[in-house]
Amino acid sequence: MDEPNRDVIPGTLDLLILKTLSLEPMHGYGIARRVEQLSRDAFRINPGSLLTALQRLERAGALDAEWRESEQGRRVRIYSLTRTGRRQLDAATADWKRRVSAVARLLNAEG
Amino acid sequence: MSLLRQLTRGLGVLVRRDRADRDVHDEVQHFLDQASADAMTRGASEAGARRSARLAFGAAVMIREEIRSHGWEDRLTTLVGDVRYAFRGMIRRPGFAIVAVLTLALGIGASTAIFSAVDPILFAPLPYPQAGRVVMLSDRNSGGGPIAVTYGTYVEIAARSRSFGALAIADRWQPALMQMGDPERLTGDLVTADYFRVLGVSPAIGRNFSATDDQRGAPNVAIVSDALARRHLGGAQAALGRAVTLDGDLFTVIGVMPHDFDNILAPRADVWAPRRYRASAPFQSGEWGHHEQMVGRLVAGVPLDQAQRELKAIGATPVTAYPRPPWAAMNGGLLVESLQAAITHDVRPALLAVLAAVGLVLAIAVVNVANLLLTRGAQRRSELALRATLGAGRGRLVRQLLTESVILALIGGVAGIGVAAIGLRALVLLVPDGLPRASAIRLDGSALVFALAVTTLIGIVVGIAPALQGARANLHHDIRSGRRTTGSGQPVLRRALVIAEIALAMVVLVGAGLMLRSLWRLFSTAPGFTAQHTLSMQVEAAGHQYDSTTARYQLFTQALAAVRNVPGVTDAAFTSQLPLSGDVDGYGFEIESARLTDPNAGHNALRYVVSPSWFRTMKIPLLHGRTLEEYDRPGAAEAIVISAAMARNEFGGRDPIGQRMRAGPEIGDTSRAWGVIVGVVGDVKQSSLADDASAAFYVATGLWPWVDNVQSLVVRTTGDPAALAPAIERAIWSVDRNQPIIRVATMEELLDRSEAQRHFVLTVFSAFGFAALALAAIGIFGLVSGSVTERLSELGVRTALGATRGSIVLLVLRQGMALAGAGVVIGLAGGAAVSQILRTLLFGVARNDVLTFAGASFLVAAVTMAASAIPAWRAGQVDPAVTLRG
Repeated sequence: MDEPNRDVIPGTLDLLILKTLSLEPMHGYGIARRVEQLSRDAFRINPGSLLTALQRLERAGALDAEWRESEQGRRVRIYSLTRTGRRQLDAATADWKRRVSAVARLLNAEG
Repeated sequence: MSLLRQLTRGLGVLVRRDRADRDVHDEVQHFLDQASADAMTRGASEAGARRSARLAFGAAVMIREEIRSHGWEDRLTTLVGDVRYAFRGMIRRPGFAIVAVLTLALGIGASTAIFSAVDPILFAPLPYPQAGRVVMLSDRNSGGGPIAVTYGTYVEIAARSRSFGALAIADRWQPALMQMGDPERLTGDLVTADYFRVLGVSPAIGRNFSATDDQRGAPNVAIVSDALARRHLGGAQAALGRAVTLDGDLFTVIGVMPHDFDNILAPRADVWAPRRYRASAPFQSGEWGHHEQMVGRLVAGVPLDQAQRELKAIGATPVTAYPRPPWAAMNGGLLVESLQAAITHDVRPALLAVLAAVGLVLAIAVVNVANLLLTRGAQRRSELALRATLGAGRGRLVRQLLTESVILALIGGVAGIGVAAIGLRALVLLVPDGLPRASAIRLDGSALVFALAVTTLIGIVVGIAPALQGARANLHHDIRSGRRTTGSGQPVLRRALVIAEIALAMVVLVGAGLMLRSLWRLFSTAPGFTAQHTLSMQVEAAGHQYDSTTARYQLFTQALAAVRNVPGVTDAAFTSQLPLSGDVDGYGFEIESARLTDPNAGHNALRYVVSPSWFRTMKIPLLHGRTLEEYDRPGAAEAIVISAAMARNEFGGRDPIGQRMRAGPEIGDTSRAWGVIVGVVGDVKQSSLADDASAAFYVATGLWPWVDNVQSLVVRTTGDPAALAPAIERAIWSVDRNQPIIRVATMEELLDRSEAQRHFVLTVFSAFGFAALALAAIGIFGLVSGSVTERLSELGVRTALGATRGSIVLLVLRQGMALAGAGVVIGLAGGAAVSQILRTLLFGVARNDVLTFAGASFLVAAVTMAASAIPAWRAGQVDPAVTLRG
């Protein structure tokens, strides 16, 4: 039997990142871990895509980023949601729900 | 907000590349470390952890690249790389870059310069508010052409017309400004009160003219230019209210015009004063002379043709309140045209011709650049193939080539600005005298952008062609074969481009040839006098002491006597108008015998009031009867000498000697005795060598109703006439120190200057023609030598099989000649088209002049032959032992 597809659904990475960061500020790996945990390992995040998306969202003003020192004395980049980001999350959530229910209606339709 | 972030973050990366790299590196490393630590705690084996670490190492590099290539700054970095690469390529092959940049610079520079010069004259609106409503009104001569109006006509139109918000007249005025030292002759206008209102410009300081200023007996007032105020009156503010002495009268300065005011009607005018004529005056007075320029401002919403119709109606319905003399009868109304059209009449053909020439040059530049880039693309096939094999995508290659084209275009554009600036300066020196609006000529930004855009666009389209083509071609084959492709790429297109270049060069050369032949013809036409060893200058009787005719007569007679005594002077004479100087002074006349049959017979002829020595001094041949003699002086009967053309027109085969006539203000004046025609002399060209012979009559000074206060002196000398100028001026000033002398020039200079427009067109066409020829030669040379390199082995085989050197050379030459042949044939057709544009400038040469077309063809053939001779010779040297082994 094939391994189940654990790729993030295309177009939802931003939504996942924003939702995760709405809980608390965290670093890149933390976001990846949290997504995997919350989704019960349904999704595995590709580090390249994640870090690129973080940089893009930061530039777009949805996230703030700051360098902090970790307990091991290493530089860690911590991301947090901005007001713009929160608005974007709300909009994306509503949009996603609308689309999911539309797909669900289609799948439940009886011919 | 986010745009700002984009900018600052991107700039941050660019400025501190190291730090940005370290940030990305740290973040990626942290991620991977955490991940493997997590894996360990979740019980992965030591070996598993090591393996994931190894994988992570590779992943880190890729992730870092992925993150880095995301921002806009990355694209900028690639661009910088492309630019650097492009420059390295240019330095490696400087020949290509130099030729391309020079071509672009020539095309962009020349077209910008010419367009900058032509635009303000022909196309840009005049520098007045609602300039489209400013019109010029002219009377018509017997041929229907425009001539100046009379003051009397102005008075009637001003009273009866409803089409104009303001109407005014202006007459040239050259008052002498009396001050310490030498008197200075100013240029100015005598105007009616509304003159500046017609133009829509008011004095910057002080007041405008008002209706009361036009009244006779009102105080003398003047408005001066900003330049004059600065030069002589201590600046604009200080000038206001000052009194200046002009021609012996005191004038109060009431206004100073803005410093950027452009007086189109008389560009160098420095002073304006009211024209104080009488509203109704006898026909014999100056009020009824055709010497006023009339301008008007149309009422808003009144189109030109409506005004034209109104004037026609007024012309057709004379009223008793405004009597008209026969020479200002307004038959057919007045001619109304926009001021812009009126002032550009004379120069329009020359400017349009030059514009056509520069269009051709721009076309040649574009073709040449396209050709160069095609050649270069073909040469770089293997380089592109190699890069494609090494993993460069098509987009990447296109971007690279695009960068190169744009860089070439930019360098060409900058060089073009330089060429345009220099060219414009040369043009301003070259432009014919009296070019309207010459002061408005400056480098035109939009023209520059246009030329740059056209050449760049073509460069880009052609420049990326090899990249698109390269992706299609069999790359591996090109690389493996190690073939150095040299220019056979798209041979049909390249050949077509070279043919186009030759054809365009042909067209410009035909234009240059036609102009050259016209000038030759013109300068071999006799002007009707002998210009060698003659000097001319304009002398004025200025000041109230010369108000009377006798005083003026005295002055000019004494001055003439003084000039005759200057050593080196063989003869001298004064004239009321000087041939080829720009003077044109015509008067109506009536002939007694013709009047009996047709009382309305009225014709115009040029009026020369001259010293009797005029004909000797100018060496105008006497054909019949006698010339004027010293005894034709005040008190004697009026003797008239007429030109051959007038004798022919008025008397046909009859003998004009002894016929009686009256001219100018004497027409119909029965109180004056008839003048008697005593001789016929040869025709003289008055305004241009291209003139048809014009009717002219000569009367001795003192026998015309008045003595002109401005006259031209012509002196015949034994040696160099120009060298005598100071001595002659001293002689005139020995009679009266205060008389200004201007326009000092030898008659030969005037002769040259009279054809300045044609000369200008010829200069431009020849310069462009030779540039075009050189570009075409480069094109042919490139194509033929490329094909020789291509065919080296074939030529080797031919030689090995017994072909002689001569036959190989011929083979290659034939290729060049075939291109030339095609180009010449197309060029001949184009030449016929350009000769249509030039037609008004041609003289004595047919538009399809065989000699010109043959000459241009021969020149093009010879140059192409020379350009193909070098590669042909090289082909002849091919050693089969070398080329076949390779």
